Amino acid sequence: MTTTGTVAADTAGAAGVADTAPVIRTRGLTKRYRGGQLAVDGLDLTVPAGSVFGFLGPNGSGKTTTIRMLVGLIDPTSGTAEVLGHPMPAAARTVLPEVGALIEGPALYGFLNGRDNLLRYDRADPTADPRTRRARVGEALERVGLAAASGKKAKAYSLGMKQRLGLAAALLRPRRLLVLDEPVNGLDPQGMREIRSLVRELAAEGTTVFLSSHLLDEIEQVCTHAAVMARGRLIVQGPVADLAASARGRLAVTTPDPGDAARILREHGLTGLSAEGDRLTADAPPAAVDLADLNAALVAGGVRVRFFGAERGSLEDAFVALTGEGFDVAG
Amino acid sequence: MSQAEAEPARSRNPVRSRYPMRPRHPVGPRTPQRPRSPLWTLGLLRSEITTLLRRHRTFALLGVLAAVPVLIGIAVRIETGGGGGGAGGPDGAAGPAFLAQVTANGLFLVFAALAATLPVFLPMAVGVVAGDAVAGEASSGTLRYLLVAPAGRTRLLLVKYASVLAFCLVATLVVAASALAVGALLFPVGEVTTISGTRIGFGEGLVRAALTALVVAVSLTGFAALGLFVSTLTGSGIGAMAATVGLLITVQILDSIPQLGAVHPYLFSHYWMSFADVLREPVHWDDLTKNFQLQGLYVAVFGSAAWARFTAKDITA
Repeated sequence: MTTTGTVAADTAGAAGVADTAPVIRTRGLTKRYRGGQLAVDGLDLTVPAGSVFGFLGPNGSGKTTTIRMLVGLIDPTSGTAEVLGHPMPAAARTVLPEVGALIEGPALYGFLNGRDNLLRYDRADPTADPRTRRARVGEALERVGLAAASGKKAKAYSLGMKQRLGLAAALLRPRRLLVLDEPVNGLDPQGMREIRSLVRELAAEGTTVFLSSHLLDEIEQVCTHAAVMARGRLIVQGPVADLAASARGRLAVTTPDPGDAARILREHGLTGLSAEGDRLTADAPPAAVDLADLNAALVAGGVRVRFFGAERGSLEDAFVALTGEGFDVAG
Repeated sequence: MSQAEAEPARSRNPVRSRYPMRPRHPVGPRTPQRPRSPLWTLGLLRSEITTLLRRHRTFALLGVLAAVPVLIGIAVRIETGGGGGGAGGPDGAAGPAFLAQVTANGLFLVFAALAATLPVFLPMAVGVVAGDAVAGEASSGTLRYLLVAPAGRTRLLLVKYASVLAFCLVATLVVAASALAVGALLFPVGEVTTISGTRIGFGEGLVRAALTALVVAVSLTGFAALGLFVSTLTGSGIGAMAATVGLLITVQILDSIPQLGAVHPYLFSHYWMSFADVLREPVHWDDLTKNFQLQGLYVAVFGSAAWARFTAKDITA
């Protein structure tokens, strides 16, 4: 146990040093596909070392194109991308052995079993040590909970098992950066929980995790930082706490008399009222208005109040406020 | 060694998880990065070839190729057994098909089977494997994971081509071996009469047969490069296979139209049948050399084209 403690301290120290240089930095990163479609437009993204970075956006907003540029699968039309301090895609051979990636879902050789799939991916990496290959593959399988099914042909795997095997491929070697594109797709709630704790565990070891998702819950639960994309542009980036705080809270009232309550709140200048059954919500009032006075006014007006209080802004509220629209597929 | 390695191996040390996830078996602190050996592609090449050989499709292709000599052997046997006469008519008309000589010497089934499979079956099998080489990985999505591993685009393409070449050799040897076995089983074997009319011993005949198989395998290298190039053009494995085999048929048709004689020497299949010259005494090298040069030209042109295309391609699949 003492050695473990020392190692953990070392890890923390190294992470502290690495904090100075971002793990991913893009400047004006732009991709225009041959059809003329602008998929990513002047992206300036900075991912701090040691963060769990949530990369948010509706389907079709350019997340995957960005990730593909970061790992060198796609050449940017203009702009630059640096990963682990090296320019991509020029330094792909130096950078990529230290990057584990799950991009747009897992892809496997159906006619090979799980273990052989991982062995093949590991052999593709010229810097991977063949002497530790079997041990590393076994460890990766253990880590994602697939050790028991590793002898089964991959075509017989369920979507969740394929996703786990894809994750195992990303964990074949110790990585400084993990790029996970929609890692919880196809997983059951138990699997999602396991992925979350795996992400936290990796982050605790000092790995920076870059996680794209369209599930806001996911980001809020595990991420320290987040960026939001819409229609190819970066709308905002920063620590999750700051983003959520920037969202305006809501005032919520539960009452059997929603009609009267709505009238009184409107008289007090509240906006954005909406009612669902006996639950009434409104935009949080300006700071000058004391919530206690509002409550007193409701009661004085004969409204029977069951619940009254302010709700903290969620990342989803922040997102809707930022994009000015719902979380829909971009046209 | 590299800049990336200069940083202390901070994330490599096993840290006991605070979360009750999965038991972790640490491999131990990572050993320093191995110096890249000069044989650095061999691991991937071996993986590529074993992966190819573990596909049912490969076995089906090789099975069809192995069946051709069996069919020819049985047909010739039935024909001669029933009629009593020679299978291929008078000796003068035998030509490179070698069918007439099979009844007298089973070894000739090797040449007959190669002559029968070289125009269509062999290149078709090679076209399937070459066409699928890159496009198949692209359509299944495995290409992106090989590239972020990172396999390296040039390295991956070289390995792919090497494995297609290995398949050319294996496919040809399967035809030859099957023909040799069937020939020895159904017909007498012994001294070989060359096309030039001289006789050589059975051992020397076997050497000529092996040499012929090798020449046939080399004849397929140009078409294999063409198939690999087609494979880099599309993200659909089936599409690439169909296009490659379509090209083969088109070229065979063009080669049979006398009015297009001017372009014939540049068609990859034009000198394929020159392998029969191995059976002359002494070996007649003129057309064989032309064949090798033409294949080399195809490999150079389409190999470069495949490289240029693949290294600059956006991998969106």
